[in-house]
Amino acid sequence: MTKRSVQNISTIPDEGIDKGAQRLTPDQVSRVIRRHLEEEGGARLKVYTETCVHCGLCSDACHFYLSHDHDPKFSPAGKVKQTLDKIIRKKGRVSIDFIKKTAEIAFTECNLCRRCVMYCPFGIDVAYLMLFLRRICHKLGVVPQYIQDTAHSHAATMNQMWVKDDEWIDTLHWQEDEARDEIPDLRIPLEKQGADIFYSVIGPEPKFRAQMIYQAAVIMNAAGMDWTMPATPGWDNSDMCMYTGDEEMVARLKKVHFETAMRLKTKRIVMGECGHAYRSVHDVGNRHLGWKMSPLPVMHAIEFYYELFKDRKLKVNQKYDAPVTLHDPCNVVRGGGLHEMARYVINETCSRFVEMHPNREHNYCCGAGGGVINCGPPYTNKRVVSNRVKADQLADAKARGAKTIIAPCHNCFGGLEDIVKHYGLGMEIKFLGDVIYECMDKE
Amino acid sequence: MVGVAFTVFLAGSFFRLISMWRLAKKKDGLIFSYISIFFALRSIVHWILPFAGVSMRKHPAMTIVAFLFHVCLFAVPIFLSAHVILFKESWDISWWRLPDMAAEIMSWSVIGSCLFFLGRRIFLPEVRYLTSLSDYLILAAVAVPFISGLWSYHQWAAFQVVMIVHIISGEIMLMIIPFTRLSHMLFFPFTRGYMGSEFGAVRHAKDW
Amino acid sequence: MNHSQWDWNVGKKAIADLSQWQNAFEWVEEPYASPDGEMLAAIVKTGDSEFSVCENGGLWENYFDKIWYLRFGPDNSTVALVSQDSMWTVAVGGQPWENRYDFVWDTRFSKNGKHIIVAAVSENKYFAVTDGAAWEQAYSFLTNLTVSDDGNNTAAVVQSIPFNSGDIFKFQQGCYTAAVNGETWDNNFLNVWEMNFSPDGRHLAAEARRTLFDYTIVVDGRPWDNNFSSVWKPQFNPADGSVTAPVREPGGWALARNGEIIWDERFLQLWHHQYSADGKNIAAIVAPEYGQRTIAVNGKPWSLTFNNLVTDLVISPDGNRVACSARAARKWLIAADGKRWDETFDMAWAPVFSPDSRHIAAKVEKNGRFFIFIDGKPLKIDFTAAWAPVFSPDSDKLLVKGIGGENEGQYCRYVFKLSALLV
Repeated sequence: MTKRSVQNISTIPDEGIDKGAQRLTPDQVSRVIRRHLEEEGGARLKVYTETCVHCGLCSDACHFYLSHDHDPKFSPAGKVKQTLDKIIRKKGRVSIDFIKKTAEIAFTECNLCRRCVMYCPFGIDVAYLMLFLRRICHKLGVVPQYIQDTAHSHAATMNQMWVKDDEWIDTLHWQEDEARDEIPDLRIPLEKQGADIFYSVIGPEPKFRAQMIYQAAVIMNAAGMDWTMPATPGWDNSDMCMYTGDEEMVARLKKVHFETAMRLKTKRIVMGECGHAYRSVHDVGNRHLGWKMSPLPVMHAIEFYYELFKDRKLKVNQKYDAPVTLHDPCNVVRGGGLHEMARYVINETCSRFVEMHPNREHNYCCGAGGGVINCGPPYTNKRVVSNRVKADQLADAKARGAKTIIAPCHNCFGGLEDIVKHYGLGMEIKFLGDVIYECMDKE
Repeated sequence: MVGVAFTVFLAGSFFRLISMWRLAKKKDGLIFSYISIFFALRSIVHWILPFAGVSMRKHPAMTIVAFLFHVCLFAVPIFLSAHVILFKESWDISWWRLPDMAAEIMSWSVIGSCLFFLGRRIFLPEVRYLTSLSDYLILAAVAVPFISGLWSYHQWAAFQVVMIVHIISGEIMLMIIPFTRLSHMLFFPFTRGYMGSEFGAVRHAKDW
Repeated sequence: MNHSQWDWNVGKKAIADLSQWQNAFEWVEEPYASPDGEMLAAIVKTGDSEFSVCENGGLWENYFDKIWYLRFGPDNSTVALVSQDSMWTVAVGGQPWENRYDFVWDTRFSKNGKHIIVAAVSENKYFAVTDGAAWEQAYSFLTNLTVSDDGNNTAAVVQSIPFNSGDIFKFQQGCYTAAVNGETWDNNFLNVWEMNFSPDGRHLAAEARRTLFDYTIVVDGRPWDNNFSSVWKPQFNPADGSVTAPVREPGGWALARNGEIIWDERFLQLWHHQYSADGKNIAAIVAPEYGQRTIAVNGKPWSLTFNNLVTDLVISPDGNRVACSARAARKWLIAADGKRWDETFDMAWAPVFSPDSRHIAAKVEKNGRFFIFIDGKPLKIDFTAAWAPVFSPDSDKLLVKGIGGENEGQYCRYVFKLSALLV
């Protein structure tokens, strides 16, 4: 068992919330909320909030609840009760302090992982309700500073990390140069019209994890894929505006992303190992643009690797030897059903696999998703403490031999890193791409 | 009076469903394009079969009680021989009847279930936290017709008065279904079906 | 561009043999054909960290450490972004501009090809460069380079007010604007996005956000009086110079002129509106219902809709016909005037109208081969690579450019007589 470290977590100072709230008047709060309820409070809001019979069965689904010694304030319905129920009952006439608390709950105490949907007999979508609250907070201008800054970056640069147009291209050139030391004729084809694949990544890849672009290029090269990356904004598939409630920006971001694929005349978009971006491109952003599904085929890296191994386009020299366990990311498993494909790829590349329990759709969230990790350092401790149950789950897999955690999602990777460190688990974390790169025949 | 109750229940339910449908059309129009009958039914079936889902397996007592409760809650009022006779007398329609013994056991089951739910509301912190006065009142609204029904059936003290309580409470329960949280009865197929469709057709995942 | 000087003699001209190039060089990148089809060019690796461009088999006289973004200008010149000693510039036909920069990207051409414009950065300052001459002002951030038709005016979105990393409140006061020929507008905005010059290049209209929630169109620095919950790229009416843009209203997307709604219709989506040359007709890509896309002309949507996407909206020269490429049921296709061609494709490129507006040709891909279709029928020849077909100025002939039409690796230009194709 991991050490128990539940702490009493009081309201955390956050400039985005505190200073944002200072600009508000109570009148403004009720006016904005009432208008929002009027404009966007539809049947889902009404049915979800009126159908909940307060049975408490959702509690067991939530890692916050489980990690905080079953404190009912952290149960999914408990979070709704503290926030949305009051807002609706009082028709928006709530205090500014109440809004601050609401913002903290909606932004940092729910990962929008939708595990509770599978525990609620009615299928009430608490993630939808929390997003509804986040949108209210967005309209009130009370959003945690770090994630709001990210939303601003999206708006200014069309990527998450303030990466300037030239820096993006320069990074690709640089990674191409690096990779040529290993594979002399390797290319990262830029702006190749009519390529089969537009490979898209999230902002943090060029910013912090450029080697992942290198690895992807090596994989594409070895598999003989016809692929390209754009030299324009639109390369970033990520979307923190989806989590700040700025739906207009979600639409703008996905428009530029999909239209980049259309401009390049690629037949499909293959995305790196990111969960929330998959949610945005495959499930959310398209809706904000009036598309039922993504207008072009979108593949998460897991699906793509699966295809490459299934079609025997990649060969493994020597399987990864340390026993691995798999963290099923919410957004690609509960949100995309890619769990068996991930296991297929692991089976192709790793010699020993240890399941963690629960797994697949029932896996616990990493605690970082839903924009929570993007709310930044003020909440790191809270986030890690609020996911003790994940640490227990990992420790159990470790006790059964697992040494490496495979986390095919950037946010999960970051979240699990913090958990492994905080709870002293001593496990290594890898992306699927890391493992494939290590094991594959690169010729 | 019974006619009024049925009218309120039926008209109220119809009104609630229609107004919700119109609201959905107006503000959540996109949800209709995601409804998949197959995946909706797949989800609904998994949630009306006992122990078909993980959540139900995690709470065996709740699962057993909840299923027993819901089955009895519907079966007793509809198939109780006394009720069937009343229907026959009033509207000259008739159907299969429950043996009285079975009906009695089932009525006790409903009362026992209500006590179980009451116990959950009082003793389980995560349920207590969510519970407000209205939840107790709704529980009472469901329990009273069964308690009073058994009371009258056994002709216990003041059963004639209790019979009136039975009739009135039964009618009240029927009438408040569309307008309280009991409306989960109306909306269950839609919420579950919608989520089943989203999980099945869009997200290729299970939701149970 | 004046195409009349091109070689319109009917027949085939073998221009280059790509397989020879592939034998001659360590690697050959994807080739590009000139608009007139007379040239094929590709970036080739000539030695260790040494690159050049091969044009019709001959090399540029200069070699570079790196070359990327090789393109042909409208005047058939080869233009690429090149680097020597870690400094970047533009090379035209192999001749680099005199001035060099830390980096250059986003090559644009004036319509006649006489001017070449790029975005550039030196010492962390960003600016635009036209034919080697940089803006006098430079900025800490620049994006959305926009060029007038004649290439004499350039604009870009720039950061006009500095703010510290993470200072969300400063950002929300508005720190961005547009710079035209280096000079910023007087007003700042939270964001400025896509922009358009008027046909004469004297005015600039842009999408902008004034608060986190208030979007509008800004023309020459002056925002419209009305705000909307979102807007898309504005266009100038070529006839009267007025500005129109798709705007989002509570009831859906509508088209607005100078801030006032001009179309009665509301759509779930409305974007990429375009004017006919005379300014009389406006066509746009719209979503008449959730999950469906089509084209609307003057607000009236086609009855034919596509469930995946519509793109490449093209208006005929006479302004009366509209064509597009689209994707429906996972297949690409070409549609015009509310009717689709029968055949479906793995990919379809932007359709091309003949100058007399009577014919439509398009490059398409099927099963890994490229075809040229005209009015819904394929040419008898297919390619391993092909470029957009071009009609002759008299609409009598069609220029087709492709590799591997008959001989593997051979690039040819073909001129067909339309009457022969359309029997």
